[in-house]
Amino acid sequence: MIKEKPTITWETFTEGLWRENPVFVMLLGMCPVLAVTNSAINALAMGLATTFVLLASGTLISLLRHNIPKQVRIATYIVIIATFVTIVDYTIQAISLDLYNALGAFIQLIVVNCMILGRAEAYASRNRPLKAIVNGIGMGIGFTFALLCLGVVREILGAGTLFGLDLFGPRFEPWVVMLLPPGGFLVLGAWLLLFEWMKQRKERAELEAAAETR
Amino acid sequence: MSTPEAEALPPATPAGKMIQTLVGIAMLSGFLVVLTYQLTKPIIAENQRRAIEAAVFTVIPDAVVRSDFVINDKGLTPVTGEESVEGVLIYAGYNRDGELKGIAAKAAAQGYADLIHLLYGYDPGCECIRGMKVLKLAETPGLGDKIITDANFVANFEALDARLNTDGSALANEIVTVKAGSKQNPWEIDAISGATISSKAVGKAINQSAKQLLPAIRPHLEKLKQPPVLPDQQEVADD
Repeated sequence: MIKEKPTITWETFTEGLWRENPVFVMLLGMCPVLAVTNSAINALAMGLATTFVLLASGTLISLLRHNIPKQVRIATYIVIIATFVTIVDYTIQAISLDLYNALGAFIQLIVVNCMILGRAEAYASRNRPLKAIVNGIGMGIGFTFALLCLGVVREILGAGTLFGLDLFGPRFEPWVVMLLPPGGFLVLGAWLLLFEWMKQRKERAELEAAAETR
Repeated sequence: MSTPEAEALPPATPAGKMIQTLVGIAMLSGFLVVLTYQLTKPIIAENQRRAIEAAVFTVIPDAVVRSDFVINDKGLTPVTGEESVEGVLIYAGYNRDGELKGIAAKAAAQGYADLIHLLYGYDPGCECIRGMKVLKLAETPGLGDKIITDANFVANFEALDARLNTDGSALANEIVTVKAGSKQNPWEIDAISGATISSKAVGKAINQSAKQLLPAIRPHLEKLKQPPVLPDQQEVADD
């Protein structure tokens, strides 16, 4: 059994933001990432909804971690996650029907977002509630940030707007493919390329710095 | 072959414990879901009512009060609340003085990607369609969704002829979508070039619905024209 490390460090929080970013590094939860990021507001709403489910299910699973027999843990996690997804579903309907229609089936599909189940299995079930919450906030922000990265680029290129505000005036010819599914793949690919390039540059700089000090 | 690790495995969890956990979680889950459902139900119902109201008032110009009716073979029944009546739901829109300004109904037809759901407003005064609003569509962004944004296309529905024939049993002229720029008669809809399939779907939806509904409504027009009592008073009270 993996030993619980009780200390909460800054790293517990920032892990999800950058080093283990669920989208750009771990490539988890690709279904909502590609499907609902055709506008910045959809991306933001999806990110927040996922963050809520991640946090609430992580907290509950962490609280119950000693009481869940391991043979039925996956079933238990799924029921817990599905409960919070249903809560989010009703809440979004109550906040705005337009938003609910725009997000469509993808709210319900948060249930099968592998990032959430992955965090439940790999983190929440092995750590104290507080630590799971801190890590969940980091992961949630990282996921929302990644969705926004895609949503902003796709909305600007595909519709010429940002959060519904017109940016370029009537003479701008929107790049419609960016709003369609292929646009999601193109923009995700571009972001992954950028992140990988930055990572390699950083590693090379560290190697050079190490060589100089020697 | 048994390894030392395999022998050291903890004893299997008794089935009772597993069932206990699952039942406990399921009960907690049920409680939370029901709680949320009860809390959000009135707000969601209010949101839906407001969305329908906004759509009805868009397709019936000048309307400020609405009342709902169900129309079927037996006739016209006002929608009162709980009890549901089989039939087509229509929304009658009245102005401040209680005059009937139009009747809105839902229609749907297959578009390029999926069914296009829309609401259209019929004005019995001019026997024409005075407005159309798309409620739900899955058309290609930038092409098919022009049926919402294209000003020239939307202008088709400012006064789209929907007269009935002399005995009132059918439309005098079927509503059709024609090639972009070739509209000649008031019952034709100018398609959007590049979004022909979506444009045609809108025309088809309205035509199918209108040719069934309008002859059915006709005998009940007098009843529909009676000013709505209850909503009108509320409207005054709001002022």
